[in-house]
Amino acid sequence: MAEPVGPRGATLRVVLRVLGRLAARLGGAVFVLWAVASVTFFAVRLIPGDPAQAVLGGPGSQASPEALAAVSSEYGFDQPVIVQYLTQLGRLSTGDLGRSYALNMDVGPLVLSQLGSTVLLAVLALTLAWLLALALATWSTRGGTIAFRVGSSLEIVAAALPHFWLATSLIVVFSIWLGVLPPISTSGVAGLVLPVLTLAVPLAGFLGQIMRESLQVALESPFVLSARARGESERGVRWVHALRHASLPAISLSGWAFGSLISGAVVVETIFARPGLGRTLLNAVTLRDVPVVIGVVMIVAVTYILMTLLTDAASRLVDPRLRLL
Amino acid sequence: MSEVALTVRNLRVVFGAAEPVVHGVSFDIAPGECLAIVGESGSGKSVTARSLLGLAGANAHVTADRLELGGRSVLGLTDRAWRARRGKDVGLVLQDALVSLDPLRPIGREIADSLRLHTTLGAAARVRRVLELIEAVGLPDPELQVRKLSGQLSGGERQRALIAAAIAVEAPLLIADEPTTALDVTVQAQILGLLEQIALAGTAILLISHDLAVVSRIAHRVAVMHDGRLVETGGTAQVLGSPRQEQTRRMVAAIPTDKPRGTRLSLTARPADAPGTTCALSTPFPRESTVVLEAIGLSKSFRRPDGSRQLAVDDVSFALHRGSTLGIVGESGSGKTTTARLLLALLAPEHGEVQVRGQPWSAAGEKTRRGLRASVGAIYQDALGSFDPRWNVAEILTDALGLRHERRAPQTTARLTTLLDEVGLAASALPRRPLELSGGQRQRVGIARALAARPEILICDEPVSSLDVSVQAQVLDLLDDVQREHALSLVFISHDLGVVAHVSDQIAVMRAGRIVESGPARRVFAAPQHPYTAQLLAAVPRLPA
Amino acid sequence: MSDLEVQAELAAHSSQSRQAGPARRLGVAEGAAGVFALFLLVAAVAPTLLAPGDPLHIDPLSAFQSPNFAHGFGTDESGRDIYTRVVHGTQYSLVIGATATVIGLGLGIVLGTLAGMLGRVVDFTVNRFLEVLFAFPGLLLALLFIVIFGPGVATATIAVGLSTAPGYARIIRAQLRTVRSAAFVEAATVLGRTRWQVLLRHILPNTLAPLFVLATLGIGQAIVWAATLSYLGLGAEPPTAEWGAMLSAGRTYITSAWWMSFFPGLFIVLTAVTATVLGRSIDRRMRHA
Repeated sequence: MAEPVGPRGATLRVVLRVLGRLAARLGGAVFVLWAVASVTFFAVRLIPGDPAQAVLGGPGSQASPEALAAVSSEYGFDQPVIVQYLTQLGRLSTGDLGRSYALNMDVGPLVLSQLGSTVLLAVLALTLAWLLALALATWSTRGGTIAFRVGSSLEIVAAALPHFWLATSLIVVFSIWLGVLPPISTSGVAGLVLPVLTLAVPLAGFLGQIMRESLQVALESPFVLSARARGESERGVRWVHALRHASLPAISLSGWAFGSLISGAVVVETIFARPGLGRTLLNAVTLRDVPVVIGVVMIVAVTYILMTLLTDAASRLVDPRLRLL
Repeated sequence: MSEVALTVRNLRVVFGAAEPVVHGVSFDIAPGECLAIVGESGSGKSVTARSLLGLAGANAHVTADRLELGGRSVLGLTDRAWRARRGKDVGLVLQDALVSLDPLRPIGREIADSLRLHTTLGAAARVRRVLELIEAVGLPDPELQVRKLSGQLSGGERQRALIAAAIAVEAPLLIADEPTTALDVTVQAQILGLLEQIALAGTAILLISHDLAVVSRIAHRVAVMHDGRLVETGGTAQVLGSPRQEQTRRMVAAIPTDKPRGTRLSLTARPADAPGTTCALSTPFPRESTVVLEAIGLSKSFRRPDGSRQLAVDDVSFALHRGSTLGIVGESGSGKTTTARLLLALLAPEHGEVQVRGQPWSAAGEKTRRGLRASVGAIYQDALGSFDPRWNVAEILTDALGLRHERRAPQTTARLTTLLDEVGLAASALPRRPLELSGGQRQRVGIARALAARPEILICDEPVSSLDVSVQAQVLDLLDDVQREHALSLVFISHDLGVVAHVSDQIAVMRAGRIVESGPARRVFAAPQHPYTAQLLAAVPRLPA
Repeated sequence: MSDLEVQAELAAHSSQSRQAGPARRLGVAEGAAGVFALFLLVAAVAPTLLAPGDPLHIDPLSAFQSPNFAHGFGTDESGRDIYTRVVHGTQYSLVIGATATVIGLGLGIVLGTLAGMLGRVVDFTVNRFLEVLFAFPGLLLALLFIVIFGPGVATATIAVGLSTAPGYARIIRAQLRTVRSAAFVEAATVLGRTRWQVLLRHILPNTLAPLFVLATLGIGQAIVWAATLSYLGLGAEPPTAEWGAMLSAGRTYITSAWWMSFFPGLFIVLTAVTATVLGRSIDRRMRHA
């Protein structure tokens, strides 16, 4: 490796390296999006029957041949597949997601209008899960064997809770028996509590396990012994050294966590009758409204990729070793 | 400063209801004095060191008649009181600074921690002091170093940084637990020199090690620990020169440096083989001039992460004669392990070739080579990793004998028992998995596996470097025995010139991929030609003459 | 990352932690999990042994009974006994879960082996392909599959299997690569073993052994996902005694008959916990045996 010419040369190289890496990541993201678009496009071609029929309400609608032909030319079904594919890619690259079969409106605005609600839900759930996991991990590594056993059992059970059952049970307890929280997600803060809790608890189970294990490894490592030998207090050992190490694997899990939260939003938004991508997706799947399904999937893929980039950035922030590479 | 830096009387450490790990240990250290506690792994030396800091562990029960740091008792201190004294009255240096310094924090912060905890210095003053400390432990460019992570430093630099952190508030006592293990010999010599300087400045040092030769360089007094007791304590020259206890004698005998080829290093059942005696059978060795393995102009390079190529092995040539041992010595990064892999034809050389008994070996296809594979065996540094984790000892050896273990006949069991006997293991080891064996036992199984195929040549890549000195002695003796028994030719690769000089007939010294010097072991050791060899030789830990 | 990879990683972590280890005997949790697994097995093979009644038997006079002596888990809107239905529903859930796992694991083995054993080009291609599939997190891939092939038990099962396949593939690929470059594989070459001998005696057994753990963890997850699809009305449909479908039916009466949702859900949770506990137990035993 060449020696840095001077502080300016070094900075320039760092900037170039960061830009290069960013370009590589963006290139990768564009590739994944193109592939997602292609996979969905060709997968949808596998649907038996005339897509024009689907637009007009399925085989039961007894649409006239004229109506079918009109729809075919409107949606481009009469073109060769390759032309349709290229047209769709061209449209997607300009952000045009097509038109819903069932709702008779453009998919782009529809999906975007639902995005905010789901992202809010996911971000709140992720934050709460982090706090719960952190609290559980710290408590169970401090409190001896019994706390450890209780902590790890709680986490395993929490991680195994299906969203739909947890949501139902929370509604029964908090809305029906205690009557303190609405069973349906209203616009206020109270309406967010149960949906967020439903998504956060299982995730906290996963994050808590990984945090506890890595916290334990960190607390037993030689560098913590060195710190203790310097006279560092128990709190100092945790805050200066161990927790940072423990958060690393949990941060790298957060990309996955965000994805599973969006998947969980399908269930949670349906149960709590909350607007959002998940409910839109489920409705579209039930109605076989293909453009909406593709639209939601594309938006989720974009969000997911962004989230992965964000977790990578967070990892680099916490782990200076990654910045050296 | 009081007269005595540390007083320990009748220290006992018990974990739970088990037998005490430390039984009534007593010693003193005066300011500026260096006391070394030497013992095998499991002798209780590390636990002793840690209980002096109140860090023996949550379930450890520590008692003593007296335990005083700088004349003030630390018995029964509360956690809070202990924290006030750790780092201020006593500093600790652990082995392997890669894991002993927080890998996520710059070393400047790690060094400043003690200052933050024990002094009232402001931020700017702390930075100044950290720079002073970095300079004092001999690291160049202190301003540059403070911002580095431990992962960016070399092993020696890291150890210096760790020492800087431990002496930051000038604690009158420094405890160093195996501070030079896993370092190259030249670096080890430098770190010992640094510790010696610190002692000269008036700090008392407690040095913990398994290697008598290493500590003898700087220790004023030596205490030998065995099974939780100090069996012998005295001046370094006296303990090493005329050891009174058997344990001490055994440890002195185990040091390979300066012992002629064929000298036994370990105690065995046979009295004729007492340590120090030279086996009558072995002198002179049945050396022949037939070349069994030859490397001719070997070169091999690897791609670096940035795309450039690094020459790991550069035009290396040597010949191994039947029945003799060729030692290859070099520090980390010298290309010795790549050489071993080239000799085993696990890597193909870019230039040059390896021949076995005059036949093409590296140049032949794997199919042709397979017929010859049985004559070239290998012994690895990481014996555990070289065994299939699903197999027990019996399965490993049956497989090596070329038999199928599903149908194990009584004859097979007999052959396995003979094989184990040859490497000094009982038949009871057969059903055990390598994971359950000790390091020395694993290496013995490794040797048995290599012997099973009846090889003529053994390539040994750092076979003893992860072992304690006393276990190393046993394994070296075993290798010597099997070599004589089977007229084996050995390539012995190690970073430890003392070990290599003891086992080899011929020596090749490697540095940065090239052989800088080669010749008969005795000549190279007595009159090194290359300055690098001389430097290595000067750094080798040895007992004072 | 996929859910399965997270599960496998957690299992590996927990068996290497200080609390685990060869010294620890069969724990309380493992014992309980074993007993429950046995109960599920009997319920799946011979449900009448545990619940002699007919799960579809309608008795309008005893509808909406809360849990009592005659009906331990209560009754539903048509007076069907919930306990009987839960026991008989085990069959559906286990068969769906096992089938989905076989599909996912099978595809995963094929893709993972291709990537792990063949050259760099294949590895690169398979990896990119898997990366694309990971952009459909959780159940999204399954939902995409269902929109194409329509809802139903069969499609839901295949959909769950497909959406777990990328996770299996990545784990198997990583495992193969680790084993292939292990020191003991090199040691076998030094002993003169042929490529095939090394493959059959070292690489394959060491790669496949962890699959037991994966399959155990995976069945638990597949059951939860399949139940989720049924709950959303995309898999099994009421009045089938499938657990997810039972919960779906109970949703309407949630304000008055909590037991209709609670008990089927409890069984899903217990099954998932059992799979996790048993998977980890096997993992630990294999590592320390």
